[in-house]
Amino acid sequence: MTAVLSLEQVSKQFPGVKALDNVSLTVAAGEIHALLGENGAGKSTLMKILCGIHQPDEGTIRLDGEPRRFTSYRDACATGVGIVFQEFSLVPWLSVVDNIFLGREPRNRLGLIRHAQMRAEANALFDRLEIDIDPEISVHRLSVADQQFVEIAKALSLNARVLVLDEPTAPLTPSEVERLFRIMRRLREDGVAMVFISHHLEEIFQICDRITVLRDGTYVDSCRVADTDHDALVEMMIGRRVENIFPPRQARAANSPLLLTAEIGLKQTDHTDSITLHRGEILGFAGLVGSGRSEFAMALIGAYPTRVAQIRLDGADVTFRSPADALDAGIGMLPEDRKRQGLILPFSCADNITLNHLGQFYRPAPFISRKQEAETVDAAMDQVRVKAPSAQTPVASLSGGNQQKVVIARWLDRGCRILIFDEPTRGIDVGAKAEIYTLMKRLAAQGIAIIMISSELPEITGLCDRVLVFSHGRIVAELADEAIEADTIMRHAVTEPRRNDVSHSVTEDA
Amino acid sequence: MSDATPSAAVAAPRRQRRSRWQRLLHSPMFFPLLGFIAVFIIMSLVNDRFLDLGNIQNVIRQGSVIGIIAVGMSFAIFTGGIDLSVGPVMALSGTIMAGLMAAGWPAPVAIAAGLCLGSAFGAFNGFCVAFGRMPPIIVTLATMGAAHGLALLYTGGYPISGLPSWFSWFGRGTLAGIQLPILIMLLTYAIAYVVLHHTPFGRYVYAVGGNEEATRLTGIRVPRTKMLVYTISGLTAAIAGLVITSRLMSGQPGIGEGFELDAIAAVVLGGAAIAGGRGVVLGTLVGAMLLAMLNNGLNLMGVSSYLQDVIKGGIILLAVYIGRGRDA
Ligand SMILES: Nc1ncnc2c1ncn2[C@@H]1O[C@H](COP(=O)(O)OP(=O)(O)OP(=O)(O)O)[C@@H](O)[C@H]1O
Ligand SMILES: [Mg+2]
Repeated sequence: MTAVLSLEQVSKQFPGVKALDNVSLTVAAGEIHALLGENGAGKSTLMKILCGIHQPDEGTIRLDGEPRRFTSYRDACATGVGIVFQEFSLVPWLSVVDNIFLGREPRNRLGLIRHAQMRAEANALFDRLEIDIDPEISVHRLSVADQQFVEIAKALSLNARVLVLDEPTAPLTPSEVERLFRIMRRLREDGVAMVFISHHLEEIFQICDRITVLRDGTYVDSCRVADTDHDALVEMMIGRRVENIFPPRQARAANSPLLLTAEIGLKQTDHTDSITLHRGEILGFAGLVGSGRSEFAMALIGAYPTRVAQIRLDGADVTFRSPADALDAGIGMLPEDRKRQGLILPFSCADNITLNHLGQFYRPAPFISRKQEAETVDAAMDQVRVKAPSAQTPVASLSGGNQQKVVIARWLDRGCRILIFDEPTRGIDVGAKAEIYTLMKRLAAQGIAIIMISSELPEITGLCDRVLVFSHGRIVAELADEAIEADTIMRHAVTEPRRNDVSHSVTEDA
Repeated sequence: MSDATPSAAVAAPRRQRRSRWQRLLHSPMFFPLLGFIAVFIIMSLVNDRFLDLGNIQNVIRQGSVIGIIAVGMSFAIFTGGIDLSVGPVMALSGTIMAGLMAAGWPAPVAIAAGLCLGSAFGAFNGFCVAFGRMPPIIVTLATMGAAHGLALLYTGGYPISGLPSWFSWFGRGTLAGIQLPILIMLLTYAIAYVVLHHTPFGRYVYAVGGNEEATRLTGIRVPRTKMLVYTISGLTAAIAGLVITSRLMSGQPGIGEGFELDAIAAVVLGGAAIAGGRGVVLGTLVGAMLLAMLNNGLNLMGVSSYLQDVIKGGIILLAVYIGRGRDA
């Protein structure tokens, strides 16, 4: 076999965690190899070892059959290994070219950067990937998908023969995923060996050739995609079957009382949009990434500048000048980007979870009882099944999916009346997803109203009682019950909103 | 081996407590303490007078003014900010106390006025940083100059003397055999410790330093937290002003130059991250005492003050180098 890359019997111990125990992986040229496993199974760790970011305790890395030992990421890059990290690693204020060549800019004899050469090489890369991005534009102005493509270009810029993609599709919409797959197929034709990590199993069947499954840091099995199916994969990953990922749809209490109405016009727009929210309801915000869903939700809790914000909560007019005001009124939000907007990285899991309700642990005020705090934290961590050595573990050392669970845990048993979940299951594995859906249903059953922003259509159709579809910063459709269908949602999501219909939530054909 | 039964594989995560030793090893206090002990041993070896009990109390007392200022500085640095105005604010508060007492005001009122003035100055810094959204380093650089100017204006540039003799108690008195500046310093640290580790506000201080945006979005009042932090820094500067004015028995408008740098050094030596979010106030105490010990020890050894500055600078660099990027 023409294995470009093989990892043999790799083990890695972190303080308190055996992250990898005797794991092997072989990838051939022109193969897309899926690496699967639950949150914390060791996927990212294995890839970081491959890229020289972590050193293995035991085991060998072979490229083209030759044993290698990478002491740093630069080292691995130079040998033809590229990685797109689970968390974005671009510098937002630098241009696309500067990001691609960061740290290894071509110099002329005076030591000055050769801009023209960099630009030409970047353009060549983009041509090869068939993507259309202006190399001079500053990265923070790109869409998430384009940023992802820049990451790929960066990883490939040293003629990588091995490319690792750690959950590249998590922040992408279906059509963007399609674009990514086109690029991956093109690279496959070029003979690049790829390792692809994703918690979306349907993607595995679309793009991958072979699969390796890890569980709790151990190697479970490898097989060809053609020889397996969805259920078998899930069982390999988590060791049991997951029957119904979505809890059964209950008939919604027909006219549960109105909890909130909001009419919101963002700064620098000339329109407003309105929403209503009922007790015990799960309201979905669907639409493409960048369609204004998150901005709307942020504006609702006072975290985004508005021109108009008329909010009635339980029959009383309220104004939120900051998320703290909203929280006082019982509205909490789980933001989209866990690293930037959600987690306090230097904090432990426990401190992250209790951060915004420390008042519950007064004994007496203003002193916190650590013991009570610890009990609540343990319960919350069990509910969402955070995999961590202890509640005192720094959250920075958790796997991506487990970090997401920590941010979710912050909002459990919090006494909120309204919870806004922005992409709640991003990076979470199949089994844990089902659990979080059940959790959300349970919260709703308690009378809590939930707004769920999601780019995953199955999640929207499987969970929501009512859906608002956003397009170009406007609400363009409202769907309820049977009308909530993936096709209908997508059709609305790509329509241009009409100019003239201002300030009403559109009641179109179902 | 780990061929777990199906459901056990996803069952409740393992919980285990780190051993005491591991906790110490990973605490931000570890290297500061190590450095402290090392310097302590070296000083007592080269210097037979160093270990003298009287001398040790003197060392601590000499470090107490910087030590007290460094408490407020810790709060500012833990939030990812900084307070450069502490030296002049200390001088201003001290001269106001002295001036009011010299003008015949009752001492408690004069002291209270000085403490309030320091806090107000800090609150103004906090207001500019929190609500004006200006960078702390610029705001406090500006108020540093302003406070210095105000102190000179108020006194006309001359020290104020003629203070009631019992006022010297704060700087020179003892209680239960311990010099009062030491007690005041220890009390300040004790309160700061409780506030930082046992109240929500303390948690917010670290959260703001760790990720301000996330803290705001999760419903914490970040501006209020920052405002309070700089107010505390002003207050501790004023407390230091009380101690030093009492010690010198005169209000010195020009005192405290460069104190902000020593205070920052104490915080950094104490293992705090200058970017915020990480650090412990007891580390700052260790850092402040380490500096004081160096000053005293080098003096006893007869090292010239110029050379002392060089040595101190080298030690700070070394400490930051050793402590850099731990458990990131
Ligand atoms: N730097 C670190 N220090 C300590 N423990 C770590 C560190 N990095 C990872 N771990 C631990 O190693 C285990 C494997 O983590 P890893 O990030 O590889 O999981 P993953 O399979 O990528 O999960 P996810 O699907 O959630 O991204 C986890 O238990 C995690 O807590
Ligand atoms: Mg991962």
